[in-house]
Amino acid sequence: MGATILMPALSPTMTEGKLARWLKKEGDTVAAGDVIAEIETDKATMEVEAVDEGQITKILVPEGTEGVQVNSVIAELDGGDGENASHGPEQPVSNAVQAGGETAKVAKEAEDYGAVAARGAARKEGAAAEHQPAAPEPEKEWGETRSITVREALRDAMAAEMRLDDKVFLLGEEVAQYQGAYKVSQGLLDEFGPKRVVDTPITEHGFTGMAVGAAFTGLRPIVEFMTFNFSMQAIDQIVNSAAKTLYMSGGQLGCPIVFRGPNGAAARVAAQHSQCYASWYAHVPGLKVVAPWSSADAKGLLRAAIRDPNPVVFLENEILYGQSFECPVDDDFILPIGKAKIERKGKDVTIVAFSIEVGLALKAAEKLAEDGIDAEVINLRTIRPLDTDTIVASVKKTNRLVTVEEGWAFSGIGCEVAMQVIEHAFDHLDAPPVRVAGLDVPMPYAANLEKLALPTIEHVVDAAKSVTYRK
Amino acid sequence: MVQAAKAGPTKRRGKATATPTPAGTRNSTGAMTQDQLLQAYRDMLLIRRFEEKAGQLYGMGLIGGFCHLYIGQEAVVVGMQMCLQPGDQVITSYRDHGHMLATGMESRGVMAELTGRSGGYSKGKGGSMHMFSREKGFYGGHGIVGAQVSLGTGLAFANMYRDDGAVCLTYYGDGAANQGQVFESYNLAALMKLPVVYVIENNKYGMGTSAERASASKDRSKDGAPWGIPGEQVDGMDVQAVRQAGMRAVAHCREGKGPYILEMKTYRYRGHSMSDPAKYRTREEVQKMREQHDPIETLRRLLLEGGLDEAKIKTVDDEVKSIVADAAEFAQTSPEPDESELWTDILLEAR
Repeated sequence: MGATILMPALSPTMTEGKLARWLKKEGDTVAAGDVIAEIETDKATMEVEAVDEGQITKILVPEGTEGVQVNSVIAELDGGDGENASHGPEQPVSNAVQAGGETAKVAKEAEDYGAVAARGAARKEGAAAEHQPAAPEPEKEWGETRSITVREALRDAMAAEMRLDDKVFLLGEEVAQYQGAYKVSQGLLDEFGPKRVVDTPITEHGFTGMAVGAAFTGLRPIVEFMTFNFSMQAIDQIVNSAAKTLYMSGGQLGCPIVFRGPNGAAARVAAQHSQCYASWYAHVPGLKVVAPWSSADAKGLLRAAIRDPNPVVFLENEILYGQSFECPVDDDFILPIGKAKIERKGKDVTIVAFSIEVGLALKAAEKLAEDGIDAEVINLRTIRPLDTDTIVASVKKTNRLVTVEEGWAFSGIGCEVAMQVIEHAFDHLDAPPVRVAGLDVPMPYAANLEKLALPTIEHVVDAAKSVTYRK
Repeated sequence: MVQAAKAGPTKRRGKATATPTPAGTRNSTGAMTQDQLLQAYRDMLLIRRFEEKAGQLYGMGLIGGFCHLYIGQEAVVVGMQMCLQPGDQVITSYRDHGHMLATGMESRGVMAELTGRSGGYSKGKGGSMHMFSREKGFYGGHGIVGAQVSLGTGLAFANMYRDDGAVCLTYYGDGAANQGQVFESYNLAALMKLPVVYVIENNKYGMGTSAERASASKDRSKDGAPWGIPGEQVDGMDVQAVRQAGMRAVAHCREGKGPYILEMKTYRYRGHSMSDPAKYRTREEVQKMREQHDPIETLRRLLLEGGLDEAKIKTVDDEVKSIVADAAEFAQTSPEPDESELWTDILLEAR
């Protein structure tokens, strides 16, 4: 039984090429791997190797021929003892368009990206334009509370989960013996020992990759970045390894991991140490992004993040660490990821904020109340998945939207919130949404300039007044 | 992994004076039984024939994107795999088909992933560079050069954390060996005494840049020396030498002595990827390797000299051929993934 030698494609885009030179002639015997010809494309000259063994009985395309189509027969081979090698499907199912057949049709259709995207979107629940918001569930009543700092809340959350599950461990710079660069992990080494509270060298790329690898086996690491600015050293492992492997493995390899640490502007530390990463990480499918404000947020959401089977980026704020809030004392207290909280009910304007800006928004709301404007303040709690239902329901009531974030406005979280409102409640808007955000400059060091670069209560008040057309 | 076809002149460059057998590498003393040798021959041949078939399917347009073939390097994964036991892990880069087959993953599932079909290991969603099998201890298949080195260090961390005695083989090339996170990993593994064997597959070229032009380190097995990590250079074209060195390395890890580095002196016959015209080396260099140091041919001769019946080898050849033909058939007839798969496996449901 004979076999044929086909003109090969040497790159995904090649459709034809020049058969530059034959290195074998009719009658020659070839073995698998022998170079038999050279072909040229506009990009390169490449060698063609024999796949089957046998004798070349006929050369059908002479050397020097231009424009030889990929997959056309260029020579015939006498099977030798390679009968099995030429065996193939009777009807090849090819996903190459040029090969014809049903798959070719699919491949051709797939080139119409718009149509594929529309079909895909239609299949994803909740992605269609006619979005039906679910009836909001009231937040569970957790009973007795006491005042604790955000720092304590975070530590208590980690300790509680580490007691429940011995697969949970904390690693990062200064988390153990130093008790945490910001003292968030205070006391954990004493309770859990050095096996589960692991000091690392200053080596973000390496220890983040190491933690992701450990998570692939089912362990549940909590990676502390001393600040999120340093996560840039490791962003490849967060985005390319942690977020995408579940998809790329067809669902086999999940990555239950938490990346946590202070995010955003601290005070007087200048541009490289004052930056909000919410928008960076929220861009990535496969990641969840959480940004707590109060002690209850911090405790309830961190516990949920540690239990979540997916990679969660948990954005804390250094300035909030020392602030105290009421927090439920219930041992089982936990908050759901993906649910926003209405911190203040109002009817005139919706102010959407997260992390430290929730406090700013609440103070602005008090000022606005003095002027007779009743603002509703939404604490996002989770950036991704975004609680669009709560935002949209609020805007349908107030008809006005102001977003507040510390990060830059361009491609920021405010953009996404405003766009969701435009997509789902455009007809309810009585004014264009307004974004209050950090100024579009690297964070300056000088005290006066730094103050100018960050959102203030006055900015929020002015924005709310502008969307309500009040002076 | 970013790569592109090399533009420009057809004139060949590169040195024709390659030294195929590296000086100072350890040679085997033939510790393997005839049965083990035959098994190694079969496993290497399966990889060789599988890759040749993959190259052919790529040429037919059935495999898309990047496709990095392992032809020439078969002795490395086959020899190393013989040192492992159930529960051990393997992780590597994007030149990964050989590693998968060596761990015992099915030819059908691997080939069908290459063609992007639902019968592939990742349901067609990962492709050539991204396949996994928890069952076989294979953790990928990673497309970012060097990323698998810290991930593999993490697999070993998990072994230490669980204290289960398992060892992780972390493979990467001479190109990846220059990435910063590799050295970060050496430090972490040595500090924590992690059970990881770092296997550098030095095939002399990181894409088109020869190892000499890419690293000032001339002996990569000594790269872990500042951290006290022992290392050896191994003739990676000799499956027996690979196995022997692998046994030493794995035993070192299992005894809790920390990481170990093996630099495998090996060679890839094909280009970096399918669209690499390989103008950075001469045809003579490749041909010399193939004729004088081919791991499969060498072993075949050894088996025959050892008195094995040629018909027995022919049986193995035929078995391998039919496995590969079956895989190719399956890879062409398995349907493409359902369009609903677009939206699955992005996040897992929370408990």
